[in-house]
Amino acid sequence: MNNSLLVVLIAAGIGYGTPLLYASLGELLAERSGVLNLGVEGMMLMGAVTGFWTVQTVHAGTAVSLAAAVAVAALVGAATSLIHAFMVITLRASQIVSGLALTIFAGAAGLSSYLGNDFNLSENPAKHTFHAVFPSGWQDLPIVGPIVFSHNVLVYASWLLVVVVWLYLTRTRPGLNLRAVGDAPAAADAMGINVAGYRYAHTLVGGALAGVAGATFTLAINPQWFDNITGGSGWIAIALVIFAFWRPELCLVGAYFFGALQDLAPELQARGIHLGPTVFWTNALPYVMTIVVLVVVSASSTRRWLGAPAALGTPYVREER
Amino acid sequence: MPAAALVFAFFASGLVLWATGHDALSSYRRLFDAAFLNKGALGDTLVSATPLAFTGLAAAAAFRMRLFNIGGEGQLYIGAITGSAAGLYLGGSGGASAFVIAATVVAGCAGGAAWALIPGFLRAFCRTNEIITSLMLNYVAGYLLTYLIFNTESYWRQTNGFNASVFPTSKTIPSSAVWPTETIHVHGGVALPLGAGLAVLAAVLLWVLYTRTRFGFEAAVLGDSPRAARYAGMRTRRKILAVMAISGGLAGLGGASQVGDFRHQLDADPNGMQRQFYGYSGIVVAALARYNPLAVLPVAFLIGGLQNAGNSLQGADFPSGLVGVVEGIILFSALGFEMFARYRIRVTRRRRAQAAPAPEAT
Repeated sequence: MNNSLLVVLIAAGIGYGTPLLYASLGELLAERSGVLNLGVEGMMLMGAVTGFWTVQTVHAGTAVSLAAAVAVAALVGAATSLIHAFMVITLRASQIVSGLALTIFAGAAGLSSYLGNDFNLSENPAKHTFHAVFPSGWQDLPIVGPIVFSHNVLVYASWLLVVVVWLYLTRTRPGLNLRAVGDAPAAADAMGINVAGYRYAHTLVGGALAGVAGATFTLAINPQWFDNITGGSGWIAIALVIFAFWRPELCLVGAYFFGALQDLAPELQARGIHLGPTVFWTNALPYVMTIVVLVVVSASSTRRWLGAPAALGTPYVREER
Repeated sequence: MPAAALVFAFFASGLVLWATGHDALSSYRRLFDAAFLNKGALGDTLVSATPLAFTGLAAAAAFRMRLFNIGGEGQLYIGAITGSAAGLYLGGSGGASAFVIAATVVAGCAGGAAWALIPGFLRAFCRTNEIITSLMLNYVAGYLLTYLIFNTESYWRQTNGFNASVFPTSKTIPSSAVWPTETIHVHGGVALPLGAGLAVLAAVLLWVLYTRTRFGFEAAVLGDSPRAARYAGMRTRRKILAVMAISGGLAGLGGASQVGDFRHQLDADPNGMQRQFYGYSGIVVAALARYNPLAVLPVAFLIGGLQNAGNSLQGADFPSGLVGVVEGIILFSALGFEMFARYRIRVTRRRRAQAAPAPEAT
């Protein structure tokens, strides 16, 4: 039963979807504050390379070095996003150009590759990696075993994070303020909310989560380092935020769905089913679906109802209020 | 101001080099030599700069109207697909070379334009944000490109011969479809590809279009104030479609030039054309040129030189990824310095009574 295609795909989707989930939750927070950050891919790669470096360098037990690695990845991710925050919030540069610049600066042919090369990271596999937390007996349980009990700490932490972000956005005062900043910065400013402060804080948190997402690759999914190890997941995470209508709980569904799609072709191949021309569609489906969702979202009647931040992508200039 | 930004960028990148234990000056020296001075370097720089000029012009054409077409990458792939199809088909049936080459140019343009019209159409008629749609289509185009060669026996794929049975490859275009080059006899001979000439021509035409015609004026008004343009009775939708088609056509031309000028086949290798990120770098080029088509050319040459140097120096003793770092820092400093040009920074001492509310960063 645990070998049935559906169970395997769901379990794999959760595994592959976890970095997407972290990165998209971070991007969701930044976008809710009105900052579009196209640098997710770059921030993820920075988190991936520095997290991996930490695990290789720190002489400590498995738990300590992994915790340190995730912390370093988050810090570096946040530091990388600080560049974007400064460019677009303080200097009011174009969010699109600045985000792309961040991906070029930090991305596959940029600083992450530079650091990976300088620290000679590509030679050895990771010293410590994340493993499944529950005993193998639990993992063999029918259906719930692979789907619920076969994962590592990062997966369970991401479930907690979804709940936290959801509570934050819908049940707390700062969360409400955040939505005000993203929808009507002038009104928020008049209420006495520090617009720039909120935007900085959430862009940085977004960067930190992207860093953790990158570390998920190098410490759990594919515990080694090579250039461009994230392979474009950052862009899927950006798409995912729209796909999920800027809601954390839908981010989880979308991330696992996109994750399962990634595994679909290899899994079918392993079972002797060759997709042929269909492989193009399983690869392109996340992107095509995002476009379709975006078209639905952009019809003005649905826009408010679905919760797209109205001020997304626009700088807030107090003097022009 | 751009010079100040460049100086700052090289200083900042030097800091990165120094902090990681490299000799900044000698690294720069080798970069500069490999880009412009070494034997054959100028020709290689033109190979890197030509596609960047096309994608840079594509971005400049759209961004000037605040249409953020970041799909240059995908439009370039599609242009390469349609351009090579025209080359294979017409060249194979024995047409005159000039005719075949003209056909590849037109086909590349049309392919790129058609791909760009998808986000253009969605923007014009469904008010869908073109940033994300054009970005998503890059990946769709990339998968299409890979699929055509690796997952199916398409028209573009080489199916005869020993090599083709070992590893999937593309058909090479017939010699009548290969674009000509003009060799200049300086510095040991520099080959000017036809694509470079077309890029110069396109830049001049685009400049005339945007500064000397009614079309360009209306596009500028639409970019600055869509509402004013509507009141003046300008046709917003038609203009969006036209500008997206021009932008995509230019990127597609870059794709056709990849096939006709340089690769002579449809390059689907994940580490080949797709790894160069011409489309994304084109946006960097356009932003550095401040979306001025004529300025795109020298900037493309500069960034092309940087990329060429990065490719040829890549190895054990040269820091990999330095090119991206330098490119990113140049762009950030250009963006930052632009703000300093637009606003005057005044340092004032805040009086105590006013300091009480939370200060806004401006």
